[in-house]
Amino acid sequence: MTGPWAASVFALADSDINFNISALGHSFWQLTIDGLAYGAIYALVAVGYTLVYGVLRLINFAHSEVFMLGMFGQYAALMILGFSPSGNAYAEGAVMTIVFLGIAMIVGMAVSGGVAVGLERVAYRPLRKRNAPSLVFLITAIGASFVLQEFVHFILPKLTGGKLGGVNAQQPIRLVESKQQFTIFGGSVTNITLIIVISALILAFAADVFINRTKFGRGIRAVAQDPTTATLMGVSREKVIMLTFLIGGVLAGAAALLYTLRIPNGIIYSGGFILGIKAFCAAVLGGIGNLRGALLGGLLLGVLENYGQIVFGSGWRDVVSFVVLILVLMVRPTGILGETLGRARA
Amino acid sequence: MPLLEITDMVVGYGRIEALHGISLTVEAGELVTLIGANGAGKTTTMRAVSGIRPLTRGTIKFDGQDITKMKAHLRVLEGIVQAPEGRGVFPGMTVQENLDMGCYTRKFATKAEYQATLDHVFELFPRLAERRSQVGGTMSGGEQQMVAIGRALMARPKLLLLDEPSMGLAPMIIQQIFRIVSEINAEGTTILLVEQNAQQALSRSHRAYILETGEVIKTGGGKELLADPSVKEAYLGVA
Ligand SMILES: Nc1ncnc2c1ncn2[C@@H]1O[C@H](COP(=O)(O)OP(=O)(O)OP(=O)(O)O)[C@@H](O)[C@H]1O
Ligand SMILES: [Mg+2]
Repeated sequence: MTGPWAASVFALADSDINFNISALGHSFWQLTIDGLAYGAIYALVAVGYTLVYGVLRLINFAHSEVFMLGMFGQYAALMILGFSPSGNAYAEGAVMTIVFLGIAMIVGMAVSGGVAVGLERVAYRPLRKRNAPSLVFLITAIGASFVLQEFVHFILPKLTGGKLGGVNAQQPIRLVESKQQFTIFGGSVTNITLIIVISALILAFAADVFINRTKFGRGIRAVAQDPTTATLMGVSREKVIMLTFLIGGVLAGAAALLYTLRIPNGIIYSGGFILGIKAFCAAVLGGIGNLRGALLGGLLLGVLENYGQIVFGSGWRDVVSFVVLILVLMVRPTGILGETLGRARA
Repeated sequence: MPLLEITDMVVGYGRIEALHGISLTVEAGELVTLIGANGAGKTTTMRAVSGIRPLTRGTIKFDGQDITKMKAHLRVLEGIVQAPEGRGVFPGMTVQENLDMGCYTRKFATKAEYQATLDHVFELFPRLAERRSQVGGTMSGGEQQMVAIGRALMARPKLLLLDEPSMGLAPMIIQQIFRIVSEINAEGTTILLVEQNAQQALSRSHRAYILETGEVIKTGGGKELLADPSVKEAYLGVA
């Protein structure tokens, strides 16, 4: 491994990558707590990828934009309620903060859910009617992803007189001032972390009960496992597909609000992209098509990536995610929990 | 008026025509069997009746109503329920969940009515009661067939379509399945049965149709066809 080629490659890597295990030891609990908060957001977004894959065997690449539009949706709702971006956090007491958080979250969920269902109608259903091959679906998904991004980039600012969208990041509306509530083994738990983790837990639990314990959830699983037989049982495949996009969208919209609580630099049209890829990784990591796999994969990815950025340096955060994914897939090609929602089909 | 009336039905897969204009009827209360060699078009007929394969020509009437263009999942509401070839048990669902899929569209007036339907299925197939929480994919072939039939019964069908319920099963279990099919019919459910097991099927059917490469070549009473020399030779393995 000598010669000019090797030297230049190592020089490149040298300047960036660390291997700082002791830092991991020092702040292990803090990293775990923050990692879980990130992971909870990945988990909620990952559900959308996994459910749609389960019933359609389609990677809905535009799901990251469903998430992104949820961020703009809740932002718009807060603007209409009279908020404006400022450096100061809202400070009218806990009750009103929770009310506004709730409104913003519901609007985010409605926007993302609506966009997801609309996307299904406009982009995918016509292809299904024509029996298009799966590659066409995939390309359409990527195309739809660009269309939605460019909509926020160019068209939304025109529609809103420059108030929303555009080329620059929108300054954040700060609803919650980050404050430490208590500590776990020295790791600080803030109110924002609590809001994220508790909301995500409630939503994940609700999704799990819906899929596994209700009649409509059973219909979704039936279509995932054997669409033809599901039809013979009287299940409308079209309705199931719509419902699936709706659930995935609604959870992404909730995740969008939680995400904006954590990011300091505001929201932008391209802001769903990386997060979407991470959530997709989380879904694959847990076993795509498997709801609990997506939840587990999200949490795991959030935590491991947070450890990784301390050990290897913050620039390596995203790389850690993909390396973890590749390592797990080498050992378990179907992901950690395997493909249970649609175990029937190859 | 027959419960099911198929007239001049043509069904194809792409350019290949699998059924070349068949006509058949099933009267309410009857047990009618469709027999024929592999690839004759039996499953295709069943699929067309359930609506998961479109017709290129002809009509299907059910209970006096033209259902030729009706969507598949809506036909279940009308009372056409199928236990498909290969059983179609949902592999990731428990026996109980599979049975519940059977009454996905059915509205029970009371909880007791649901319970009575379920109890009836368990009476016919006590094995299923023991295995309620077992996952479908881990059941044996015979058990899966019981799930498939039981599941169809949960819908309380007006017309029950059974596509080769004896496929791949041991003789003992085949006997049991046939007995239950007769029992279900005796209770008043109309059945259209597809079978390779011609001896058994014909002796239990009111009437039968013999299908050959997409055409009905013979029809008559079950016992009558059993005695027919050409049927004996072709389908009963007797020279
Ligand atoms: N999905 C399909 N695509 C193309 N051709 C098909 C398809 N399904 C069935 N066929 C063809 O249609 C014809 C009738 O098939 P069908 O399954 O109805 O036969 P069958 O009588 O049920 O046979 P078996 O006793 O083997 O079940 C066959 O020639 C078969 O090859
Ligand atoms: Mg067949």
